Amino acid sequence: MSRSPMAPPRSFLWSRRIFLTLLTGFVLVPVYVMVSSSLKPLADVTGQFRWLPSSLTFRPYIDIWSTIPLARYFVNSLIVAGAATVCSVVIAVFSAYAVSRYTFRGKRVFTVTVLSTQMFPGILFLLPLFLIYVNIGNATGIALFGSRGGLILTYLTFSLPFSIWMLIGYFDSVPRDLDEAALVDGCGPLGALFRVVVPAAIPGIVAVAVYAFMTAWGEVLFASVMTNDTTRTLAVGLQGYSTLNNVYWNQIMAASLVVSVPVVAGFLLLQRYLVAGLTAGAVK
Amino acid sequence: MRRIRAAAAGAVTVSMLTAVTACGGGSSTGGGSNDSPKTLTYWASNQGASIEVDKKVLQPELDKFEKQTGIKVKLEVVPWSDLLNRILTATTSGQGPDVLNIGNTWSASLQATGALLPWDAKNFDKIGGKDRFVDSALGSTGAQGKDPAAVPLYSMAYALYYNKKMFADAGISNPPATWDELIADGKKLSKGGKWGLGAEGSNVSENIHHAFVFAKQHGADFFTADGKPDFTNSGVVAAVKQYVDLMAKDKIIAPGNAEYAQNQSVSDFAKGKNAMLLWQSASANLTSQGMKADAYGIAPVPVQSGTPGTGTNVNSMVAGINLAVFKNTDNLDGATKFVKFMTSDGEQKILNTAYSSIPPVKAAQADTTFNTSANAVLKDTLAGSAAALPQVADESQFETTVGTAVKDLFADAAAGRAVTTASVKAKLEKAQQQMPKK
Amino acid sequence: MTTTTASAESGERTVRKDSPGAARGPRRTGRLKRIGLPYLLLLPALVLELLVHLVPMVIGIVMSFKELTQFYIRDWGTAPWSGLDNYRVSVDFDAPVGEALLHSFLVTVGFTLLSVGLCWLIGTAAAIYMQDTFRGRGLLRALFLIPYALPVYAAVITWVFMFQHDNGLVNHVLHDQLHLGDKPAFWLIGGNSFYALLTVSVWKGWPFAFLIVMAGLQNIPGELYEAAALDGAGMWQQIRRITLPSLRPVNQVLILVLFLWTFNDFNTPFVLFGRTAPEAADLISVHIYQASFVTWNFGTGSAMSVLLLLFLLVVTGVYLALTSRGRRTADV
Repeated sequence: MSRSPMAPPRSFLWSRRIFLTLLTGFVLVPVYVMVSSSLKPLADVTGQFRWLPSSLTFRPYIDIWSTIPLARYFVNSLIVAGAATVCSVVIAVFSAYAVSRYTFRGKRVFTVTVLSTQMFPGILFLLPLFLIYVNIGNATGIALFGSRGGLILTYLTFSLPFSIWMLIGYFDSVPRDLDEAALVDGCGPLGALFRVVVPAAIPGIVAVAVYAFMTAWGEVLFASVMTNDTTRTLAVGLQGYSTLNNVYWNQIMAASLVVSVPVVAGFLLLQRYLVAGLTAGAVK
Repeated sequence: MRRIRAAAAGAVTVSMLTAVTACGGGSSTGGGSNDSPKTLTYWASNQGASIEVDKKVLQPELDKFEKQTGIKVKLEVVPWSDLLNRILTATTSGQGPDVLNIGNTWSASLQATGALLPWDAKNFDKIGGKDRFVDSALGSTGAQGKDPAAVPLYSMAYALYYNKKMFADAGISNPPATWDELIADGKKLSKGGKWGLGAEGSNVSENIHHAFVFAKQHGADFFTADGKPDFTNSGVVAAVKQYVDLMAKDKIIAPGNAEYAQNQSVSDFAKGKNAMLLWQSASANLTSQGMKADAYGIAPVPVQSGTPGTGTNVNSMVAGINLAVFKNTDNLDGATKFVKFMTSDGEQKILNTAYSSIPPVKAAQADTTFNTSANAVLKDTLAGSAAALPQVADESQFETTVGTAVKDLFADAAAGRAVTTASVKAKLEKAQQQMPKK
Repeated sequence: MTTTTASAESGERTVRKDSPGAARGPRRTGRLKRIGLPYLLLLPALVLELLVHLVPMVIGIVMSFKELTQFYIRDWGTAPWSGLDNYRVSVDFDAPVGEALLHSFLVTVGFTLLSVGLCWLIGTAAAIYMQDTFRGRGLLRALFLIPYALPVYAAVITWVFMFQHDNGLVNHVLHDQLHLGDKPAFWLIGGNSFYALLTVSVWKGWPFAFLIVMAGLQNIPGELYEAAALDGAGMWQQIRRITLPSLRPVNQVLILVLFLWTFNDFNTPFVLFGRTAPEAADLISVHIYQASFVTWNFGTGSAMSVLLLLFLLVVTGVYLALTSRGRRTADV
């Protein structure tokens, strides 16, 4: 796990200190700018840059809710990203279990095809996908285009290849004896999956869920074409602050912060799982 | 080897599946119908200070319409950054609004897609006849010789906005009427961190609007009479160079303006950082930024010499918003009624006042509300010295390619690189070659 | 459905318990339901991938053979076939469209190589430096993950704010405070935009490399270090001889994933520069977006996407072939 307990040489310690200090600066400056600018009056952010606000104000945090329907975008993003994550994880668990525990014809075709979709430039299938959704809508009456459902479907497939691939790795690392035992105890394969394999693979599943959520939460291209006013997500909706008249930088920063906090907090809370999940799943 | 075989097998499966599904592409519904006579969807462009402001302006009017006709209008205000994409995807899929706003310069481009209802004499009669509208506004509703693809809704024109106090401080008594005067004044004003003129160097549409007017003043056009792009004729090159030179040679535009694309130059003007601004109907905009109406004056955009007029003395594009109906609407009668409502004298007065634009409807324009000195300049410009941008199918590509060329030239100027006739021509040449081949 | 399968199988399982093959798990059975199960499990993923990725991709390929301009988009089924015209236009590097595409492609390649290289370098260095515990390590690790966790729009728009010519932090620091250069530079237009884009991309991307390498480090057995230490290897030597070689398989995947993500990245340049990117930072994804959406030529846009896809397929194939072979020989 860790290196031998011998004391690191000075050169190592010094270079570490310098490197990590510089890196911390690089990482934190934009974060600081985001936080401090969100507390500045408009004059501060449209004039010469200043490190400290001339006066502290919480107005941007109040204004953001009325300049654009931020609350609605927020709810949309939560629904879309949440649903996409849950579906993506469940589907990935099924697929990964099949690939990890069974031999069947077409297994390789499946994994290679699914993984290769990771290569597709989004722009290539944006318009076709849009046409498919519209046609499905016309044929069956299920509104995919412009609805949250369509977006959920799209986003969950974005994270699916990586999720499946990672969970295959993780499931492979869960000893087969465990599901053997469960099968012996009278569980079916699905019982074994949910009672034994899934609990043992929680870190991997959390890692996959975090990834899926982030993918859906930040996507711009498809959301800009596939949503309308009622279904718009945050990633697109935030552009509303750069309006016709003025760029409300302080509000943009405040809103960016508000939409970032849930993801960043969740991410940091789950980071332990994330490292553990990646360790067993992705990098083995 | 196995991997390749697997991938090949996958590809075959997929293409077989697609052969089945791909046939259904495109929209099949052609003409309009009246299947759902009780509702309409309306996409409005973002005209006010924000989308929320627009909703507040429009909703009461839509309620009025519902009371009159019993038709409920579902409003969506679409930001400019999304509008063209949304229209395109709606066109591709046939899944769009019933009635929508389009930038009037897009009229011919969108007309070419065949997705919009043509406004022939019969349709015009339903909304009170074509002659209710001002001619210059009708000139920007589609290609010549074809039935208009849209109906004018709001008209706007460029004017020169100038800061009265800064002019007085610099000892300038009258706003400039020619470019030479503007440059001379600008040089007097450009000092101490303040600048003579503001510009939106990275805003492709703004660039096009100015390049177009300068070209007109050089007696040149971007398109030949039969609609072929002709961006490199000497008049156009001189025109673009003259515009960029305001920053490059005359140095009356702050270099920082080269990266402006979100109307920062209007903010700068409101804050007194720029003494002059060439803008369309900026009053409401300036008010919302805290600039009082008596702090600035409005004059016609300068010309090369003489006074604004036609021909080489054109000093504005015909700016504005048109109202179009999607051909495959399922409430054709309702859509027509709605257009009639929005272009009625009463609504025109209300809406154009709210957006500080000029009504393209003659009767409404004559109303006293639009007789202020500010509006007088805009009205005169629209009536006498504004020209419509080329009404060709490739207009939107023209905006992008030439607008980007001007943006690049501004970037050169800002970085201190020389902007020469040759470099301007090279950029325009490249823009022209990127236009669709006929 | 689930319950019947489950009970049927559990019964069978008890019976077969003694047979020697049973130890190999639920894979050996001749029953139809059994054979069906893996496919059933894969079905949702398969259907969705088909619907959202594969079928649209094939439609995209079909489109690339059509003259899909504004005159035909309303009913693209009727758009005339244009054979290879769209491809011919795209790869005619003497003509402006092809030239612009080639330029954009080269910019993207350069950008991707630099960005992936830097992300990997910074991520690996940080992970190795933070392998041992020291005070504040946990906090630092959390801080380092923030850029990756931030939604793209929020992160990039902050950089736009900082890169402004007149009022941005970058020029304030470089020009006003450090007095570098005689004039403030432009970052969002002109030649410097490349570096602006690279900075943002590395800032957002390196924590992913950090995360993965950190995970990879956990899999290196401690005995290796102990053995090396016994041999008298110092810290730097341990890193060179044990840590880095042990990370090879991790790096193989990490670099490929980073490469594909960076190469196809649309969100970052789009938020940074809007729909018309400056020439120096004209990444291929935005270029194609512009070719299809802004100039309304979806046929040519699709042809360009297909070419891009082919390129990525070839690169990925070659990369995997090369690295896998290298790995095999290394393992022997």
